[in-house]
Amino acid sequence: MGKVIVVTSGKGGVGKTTSTAALGAALARAGQNVVVVDFDVGLRNLDLVMGAERRVVYDLINVVQGVVKLPQALIRDKRIETLFLLPASQTRDKDALTEEGVGRVIAELRAKFDWVICDSPAGIERGATLAMRFADAAVIVANSEVSSVRDSDRIIGLLDSKTVKAEKGERMEKHLLITRFDSTRAARGEMLSIEDVLEILSVPLLGIIPESEAVLRASNLGTPVTICSSDSAPARAYTAAARRLAGEDIAMTIPTDKRGFFNKLFGRRAA
Amino acid sequence: MNLFRFFRPAASAPVARERLQILLEFERKMGSQIDLFAVLREEILEVVSRHVNVDPDKVQVTVDRGPKFSTLAVDIEIPNSGGKVRASA
Repeated sequence: MGKVIVVTSGKGGVGKTTSTAALGAALARAGQNVVVVDFDVGLRNLDLVMGAERRVVYDLINVVQGVVKLPQALIRDKRIETLFLLPASQTRDKDALTEEGVGRVIAELRAKFDWVICDSPAGIERGATLAMRFADAAVIVANSEVSSVRDSDRIIGLLDSKTVKAEKGERMEKHLLITRFDSTRAARGEMLSIEDVLEILSVPLLGIIPESEAVLRASNLGTPVTICSSDSAPARAYTAAARRLAGEDIAMTIPTDKRGFFNKLFGRRAA
Repeated sequence: MNLFRFFRPAASAPVARERLQILLEFERKMGSQIDLFAVLREEILEVVSRHVNVDPDKVQVTVDRGPKFSTLAVDIEIPNSGGKVRASA
C-alpha cells in the first residue's frame, strides 16, 4: 500500500506545485512508483510545471465522476517512467469533486503506487480540505515570512481536525518544508530564521530549499528541478527532503549553489 | 557582457514563452466551449461502437498540442475481430 502525502500551505505562491513536482520526481528517480495529483481544480498548473500541458486528455474530475477509468487518465512522464501525473480540470469548478469520489480515486491510486502526492490548492476551502482529506502525511510548505507562517498554522489546525486520520483519533504525520530561503537575508535579520519558524509551528523540519534561479529555470522548461538541474542547490535540498520523507536519516544542511570562477570574480547576482 | 553569457546555461525564458503561447492560444480558443477533443473522441467511439463491441477500458486517447497543429490519437482494442483499429484526427 502506498503512502498518500498532501502538499499544502494555506498561502498561495509559496511553492506547493514546484515542491510537489520536485519531491515526486526525486522519489521516482530513486525507483519508486509515484503519482502526482493536481487538486487545484479550475486553476491547474502542475501539468505545466511537469511539462505535460500538451498531453492532458482527461482529468481528476473525469475519473471521480467515472467518465474514464484511472489508467486512461494517468499521464506517464517522458523522462522517468515510474512517474505519473493526474491533472486537474481546467473547465470545471471544485464543487464537481465529491468526497466519496475523491476517496475512491485515492484508494485506487494508493493500491497502484508507492507514493501519491497531492498538490493542494491555496486557501482553506473545499479544494484544500479534499486534497488533505485522505492523506497519511502532510508536507507543509512555508516561506520565512509572517503571512506564510500564520497561514501554515491555520492549515496545521485543519490537518489535525478535518482529515480522516484526525477523525479516527490518529496523529497526522506532518513535515515542514521551508522554501525560497535566503541565508544571507536571514543572517541579516531580514527574514525569520529557521529556528523562529520551527518554534512557532512546532512541526519537524523536512528540508530547507534555498532561493535559486534554478527553480524558475526548471518551471520555464517544464521539468521538475530535481531532474532539470540535479546538481543545483534546490535540487539537492529537494532530493534530501524526499529521502527524509522516505524515512532516511540525513543531516539537515542548506545547500548552496556552486559558483564558477567568473561568477565569483564578478559577483553575479541570482536572477 | 556577452562574454559572461557564454558561461551561462542557455536562456530558458524563450522556451517558457513558446510553451505558454501554444497553451494559451489553445485555451483561449476553447474558452468555456466544450473541449473539441472530447467531442471528437466521443463521436469516433460512437461510430466504432456501431460496428464492433468496444470495451471502454481498452480505449487509449492521447493528444499532443502543437503550435501549428495538434494530434488526437484514439487507440481502440477490438477483441476477436482482427487486431486494432486506429483512428487519427
